[in-house]
Amino acid sequence: MSVESVFPRLEALLPLVTKPVQYVGGELNAVHKEWDDVAVHWALMYPDAYEVGVPNQGVQILYEVINERDDALAERTYAVWPDLEALMREHGVPQFTVDRHRPLGAFDLVGMSFSTELGYTNMLTALDLAGIPLHAVDRDDTHPVVIAGGHAAFNPEPVARFVDAAVLGDGEQAVLRITDLVRDWKAEGRPGGRDELLLRLARTGGVYVPAFYDVDYLPDGRIQRVVPNRPGVPWRVAKHTVMDLDAWPYPKAPLVPLAESVHERMSVEIFRGCTRGCRFCQAGMITRPVRERSATTVAAMVDNGLEKTGYEEVGLLSLSSADHSEIAVIAKGLADRYEGTETGLSLPSTRVDAFNIELANELTRNGRRSGLTFAPEGGSERMRRVINKQVTEDDLIRTVATAYGNGWRQVKLYFMCGLPTETDDDVLQIAEVARRVIETGRRASGTRDIRCTVSIGGFVPKPHTPFQWAGQLDHETTDARLRLLRDAIRADKQYAKAIGFRYHDGKPGIVEGLLSRGDRRVGGVIEEVWRNGARFDGWSEHFSYDRWMTAARTAFEGGPVDVDWYTTRERDHTEVLPWDHLDSGLDKDWLWEDWQDSLAEVGVEDCRWTPCFDCGVCEQMGTEIQVGPTGVTLLGMPPLPPRGEDLLAAVPAPGTAL
Amino acid sequence: MARQAPVRDVAPTVQRLRLRYAKRGRLRFTSTRDFQRALERALRRTGVPMAYSQGFNPHPRISYTNAAPTGTASEAEYVELALVKRLDPERLREALDEALPDGLDVLEVVEVRTPDLAARLEASVWTVELPGVGCEEASSAAAAFLGCDRAEVSRLTKSGMRTFDAREPVVRLETREASPGADGTPCAILDLVVRHVTPSVRPDDVLAALRLVADLVPPIPARVTRLAQGPLVDGASDGDPRRAVSDPLAADRD
Repeated sequence: MSVESVFPRLEALLPLVTKPVQYVGGELNAVHKEWDDVAVHWALMYPDAYEVGVPNQGVQILYEVINERDDALAERTYAVWPDLEALMREHGVPQFTVDRHRPLGAFDLVGMSFSTELGYTNMLTALDLAGIPLHAVDRDDTHPVVIAGGHAAFNPEPVARFVDAAVLGDGEQAVLRITDLVRDWKAEGRPGGRDELLLRLARTGGVYVPAFYDVDYLPDGRIQRVVPNRPGVPWRVAKHTVMDLDAWPYPKAPLVPLAESVHERMSVEIFRGCTRGCRFCQAGMITRPVRERSATTVAAMVDNGLEKTGYEEVGLLSLSSADHSEIAVIAKGLADRYEGTETGLSLPSTRVDAFNIELANELTRNGRRSGLTFAPEGGSERMRRVINKQVTEDDLIRTVATAYGNGWRQVKLYFMCGLPTETDDDVLQIAEVARRVIETGRRASGTRDIRCTVSIGGFVPKPHTPFQWAGQLDHETTDARLRLLRDAIRADKQYAKAIGFRYHDGKPGIVEGLLSRGDRRVGGVIEEVWRNGARFDGWSEHFSYDRWMTAARTAFEGGPVDVDWYTTRERDHTEVLPWDHLDSGLDKDWLWEDWQDSLAEVGVEDCRWTPCFDCGVCEQMGTEIQVGPTGVTLLGMPPLPPRGEDLLAAVPAPGTAL
Repeated sequence: MARQAPVRDVAPTVQRLRLRYAKRGRLRFTSTRDFQRALERALRRTGVPMAYSQGFNPHPRISYTNAAPTGTASEAEYVELALVKRLDPERLREALDEALPDGLDVLEVVEVRTPDLAARLEASVWTVELPGVGCEEASSAAAAFLGCDRAEVSRLTKSGMRTFDAREPVVRLETREASPGADGTPCAILDLVVRHVTPSVRPDDVLAALRLVADLVPPIPARVTRLAQGPLVDGASDGDPRRAVSDPLAADRD
C-alpha cells in the first residue's frame, strides 16, 4: 500500500504562514526512498521548530543509519507553529514529514527525540494532528509505535501514558535492533498484534515499555514500588552505549537545510561522555564512560562533511571539547589543513582549566577573535566545591588574562542560581568575579574597551545525578537573588558598563523541574496544559507559567501531591524515585555518597586520570573508558582533494566568444 | 581601539559571470537569504574559485539583484559572480545546477562584458494564477484598475509602513482563462508587466489594489511567477507578454 503525499493540500496553506520554507523539505543530503521498497518505516520527530530541530545531531545520525538499510526508511518531522497548526486543523491536513510529506499516521514507528522536557506538549500536538490517539492504551494495530529517546527519556515517566516505549542512551545500534524486530514481526504476519510487538521489544532488555510496569503509591504520595506485570520483562531497563565511535562516523552526509537554522555550521562529535563529575550535569552522568574518536577519524569526518555540505565552519562538539586527549593534534592539524580556505573551526564547551592559548590561537588563525565563553557555574569557591566544578577563581582569572592579552575583547561567563546549599553571598560573589575579570582584562589588554557578559539561569535538579534528591529553589527566591546580583553589578560605576548581565527568571525552571523529576501522575498535567493551549514551551513568547500552574491544580486535585512536592521538596535516601527502574549504570549508593560529599564540600576526581571511583557504570554496562593519546599526527593524511579541477579545464581565453 | 582586520593576500578578480536562475515549485518558498546561503554553499562544494572581500569576515563577491519575493516562483532571477580564475561559463552552469537542489535551477551563464545589469532590469513580466476566480470577474477588476489614475496601497517595507501608487508602474494588465482544474474550479490568469520603481510594486501590491478598486478577493492565495526581467520594449502593451521586455544579457553575448 503506497502512501500519498499531503503536499498538494499543504501547499495552498503555505502562503498564509510565516517562514513557509521550513515546511517544504529540500535539504541537501536528504534521502528519498519509495514507500513500497522497504519493510519498516520510521518517522523521526524533533518536537521543536524546524530551525532548532534540523541541526540536531541525534536525529541526523539515526536518519542516516536507518536509511542506509535496504529494508527500512526514515523521514523527519518537526513541530509546526500555531499559525500552520490552525490551518491544518481547519483544512484537515495531518502532521507530515518534510522529506516526502507523508502523513505521520502511516509510519510503523515514530521516534521522538527529547533533548529537553519542554518538547512534551509539541509531541501531543503532532500526535493529535496525525490522528494518533494521545494515550498509548487507545492505539491499535493501525497506529504507529511511538518511541521516546534523547536525554529526557532517562525519565520518561511523565510521558508514560503517551509513548509506547522509550530507549535510553545511544541510539545508533538500538534503532537497528528495533528495526530488525519490527521487520521480522511484520514478515511473520504481525502475530499477536501490537501487544506482541511491544513484548518482543521489552524482552530485549533495552526497550522500556511503560505499560508493562505497574506503579504503586504510598498514601503520602511517594512511590511504593514499580513492578513488571508481564513475564520475561526485565525489572530494570538498561541504557545503550556505543563503543568504538570510530566505527560509527555519523553523520556521514550532514543535512543542510534551505531555511536558516540555529546552527549554521557543520558539527563533528569528537567524543561522547564526560567524567569531570559536575554534580548538576545530567549529560555528564548518563553518557559515561568517555569514548573518544581518534584524531584521524575526526579529521576524515571534517574533510568529508565539508565536501558534502559546503559549510564554512566546523564545530568540534562534545561535553567538554578541550578535554580530548589529542585536541592539540586535532586543532593544529585541521588549522594547517584548511589554512587559506576560509574554513573556520570552533570549539564549543571549553573548560576554564582546559583552555590553553596555543589551542585558541590555532582556532582563530584567520583573526576572528570575537568572544570566548566559559562556565564556572558557581560564583564562589565554596559553591564550586559543592557542585564539583573543580575550577578556582585564580584559574579563571589567569585564563581570562591570557585571553584578553592575546586579542580577545569579550568573555562570556555562565553561572547557575539555586544550587544546593547556596546563599545570597554565593551568588553575589559572581559580581566580584566579574569585576576581577574586567580589571584583569583592562590591565592585560591595555585598553578599557573590553567586555564581560554574565549569563545566569536557575538550576533544575535532574534524574540520575547526585542532585536528584535535592530540593529545587523556589522561583521567588531565585528571582530575588538574581535581582541582588544585578544591583551589585550595576552599583559599581567603574565596571558596570563593561559587564553585561543576562538572566532567565525562575518560573520556567519550576515547570522544567516538575517535568524532569515527575512521575506518571505528571502526565495528567501535560495533557491538561496542552488542552489549554500550551505549545512551544521552550520559547518564552509562548510559555505561560500560569497556564501550567492552573493545569497542575486541576490534574493534582484531591491527591497528595502538588508542584512543590515535585520541585522544592528534598527527597531522602529510602524514597523510590520514579526512574529507579531505568538503569543509567550509575550505582544509586554511589550517587547518594556523592550527594553527601557535595554537602560536605568534598571533591571527586576524573577517572580518566585517576583510579576508578566506582560510579558503577562500566561494570554494570560492560563498558570501558576509550581515550588516547594514540600518538598519531595528521601529517600523514592525504592532501586535501582539490575541488573544482574539472571546472578549470578547457578555459577560454579572456575576450574569446563562446 | 578597534583592532585592525588582517591584511590578507587576496587574489584579484579576473572574470565576472552573470547567471540567470529559476525558482520553481516548492522552492518558490525560499527567501532571498535562503537562496544566498544555498548558492554560497554550492559554490564551495563545486570548488568555484571565488573572489573574496577583505576584512574580518571575508565574503565571496556575489551581487544579487532584484530578487523575487518569498513564495513567488521565477524564471528570471539574476546574480553576478567575481572569480579569481577563469572558467568556462557553460561548465560552471552545469556544475552549479547539479549542486543546487531541484527547483533552484541555473538556466544560463554568460561572461560579463558590459556594466550595469541592474540598470537594464527595467521591468518584470509576471503571470498571476487566481484559482477560484472566474475570468470575467478578473477582467472587470482589471478594467477598473486600469481606469484609475492612481491606486494607493500600503505595505510594510524595511523602512516601515509605506503607502504608494500601484497603478502608474503597471505597463500592462491582461486577463485570460486557464484550463479549469481537475475539480472544475475556474482559474483566471493575469498577465502583468510592471516597471521597477522605488518602492517596488509587486504583484501582491497589484492584487491589493484590485481588492480596493474592484473587491476582487481570491479565495485561495494566488500563484505568482516572474517570467522575465529586462529592458522595456517599445510598444510593450500588446502581443506575447514575454516580449514586453528584451533579454538583459543580450549585450554580454556578443
